[in-house]
Amino acid sequence: MQELVNIFVKSIFIDNMVFAYFLGMCSYLAVSKNVKTAVGLGLAVIFVLGVTLPANYLLFKYVLSDGALAWLNPEYANIDLSFLSFIIFIAVIASMVQLVEMVVEKFSPGLYSSLGIFLPLIAVNCAILGGSLFMQERAYETLAQATVFGLGSGLGWFLAIVALAAIREKLSYSNVPAPLRGLGITFIVVGLMGIAFMSFMGIKL
Amino acid sequence: MYKKIFIEPLFKNNPVSVLVLGICSALAVTVKLEPALVMALSVTIVMGFSNAIISSLRNTIPNRIRIIVQLVVVAMLVILVDQVLKAFAYEVSKQLSVFVGLIITNCIIMGRIEAFALANKPLPSLIDGIANGLGYGIILVAVAFFRELFGSGSLMGYQLIPASWYLKNGGFYENNGLFILPPMALILVGVFIWVQRSIQKELIEK
Repeated sequence: MQELVNIFVKSIFIDNMVFAYFLGMCSYLAVSKNVKTAVGLGLAVIFVLGVTLPANYLLFKYVLSDGALAWLNPEYANIDLSFLSFIIFIAVIASMVQLVEMVVEKFSPGLYSSLGIFLPLIAVNCAILGGSLFMQERAYETLAQATVFGLGSGLGWFLAIVALAAIREKLSYSNVPAPLRGLGITFIVVGLMGIAFMSFMGIKL
Repeated sequence: MYKKIFIEPLFKNNPVSVLVLGICSALAVTVKLEPALVMALSVTIVMGFSNAIISSLRNTIPNRIRIIVQLVVVAMLVILVDQVLKAFAYEVSKQLSVFVGLIITNCIIMGRIEAFALANKPLPSLIDGIANGLGYGIILVAVAFFRELFGSGSLMGYQLIPASWYLKNGGFYENNGLFILPPMALILVGVFIWVQRSIQKELIEK
């Protein structure tokens, strides 16, 4: 249990997807102009990360990793399919996003219309694929750990995009040098936020 | 015409600093110059070929499932690059870690396929892909150059600042630790955008 809490806190603050690894930057910069849409996209990312990571974890453990097919037939024990992981992960993510979109549309039209175009966008958000690849690289041991890591990374991304959106709303009233307006100042603000997040780095859990 | 396709993405229409695509991986691999060069080369290759392949298939792909087809083609090329890197440049491929895999979701690739390859013939698409890869590479290498020079005092792993200059050896110089940290990459790109927009006034946002 304590292990799970550690992974959760670590993935939100210390290994924050945005500030420590720059994942999901494209949509992070494009959709952070106001807080309301930022909240919508952030929630969708939490949800998709929380769903795709356990799915990819199971696939990796029982199909793709070295010797994983042994449960099917002992003869398959020396088959290593891990080179296929990129293509399988992205296929799972793309189909999962499609599935989530259809389920949400059927059971909660209100949520669907508020998330709108963000759901399909998430399929090519690097934070989602990055989550699966980090899960593979760091070799999480149980399904619970992988799920908690997914939810924590999603929450970290959510906090980051809402914070940036709030700052940008304020920023539009300030007098920025003309060539720096818009994109340039946003980059520098994200950099400064990243430096603030670095203060979590020394924390050992 | 080919010349124009090739020159524009390098500076005037740079995918990173003007179109804001592919930031994700552009920033994470720039602590040292060597991984940045390898990353730029990998992206250029993947982009050139994926643009050319999609462009030659463009009349046979049904519009509704094109995203999946594009992802599969790009993923296949990325797997090839990843396997080659693991075989011939294992150290660098360890440093790049997940970011080779993340080329699949690099928005420059999807963006150029959608914006260019689906509407043009294979040869111009190949040139467009390579040129955009190089434009991305220029930013990558520029950021990595400053970060490695000021952060570690070296370039491509060779020590440039003489060891006797350092404080611990009785000199006056100290590496700037800030340049090693990830946020500095963002600030550097912000400064590049500032410089570029001071030169190209038409890019300034209101």
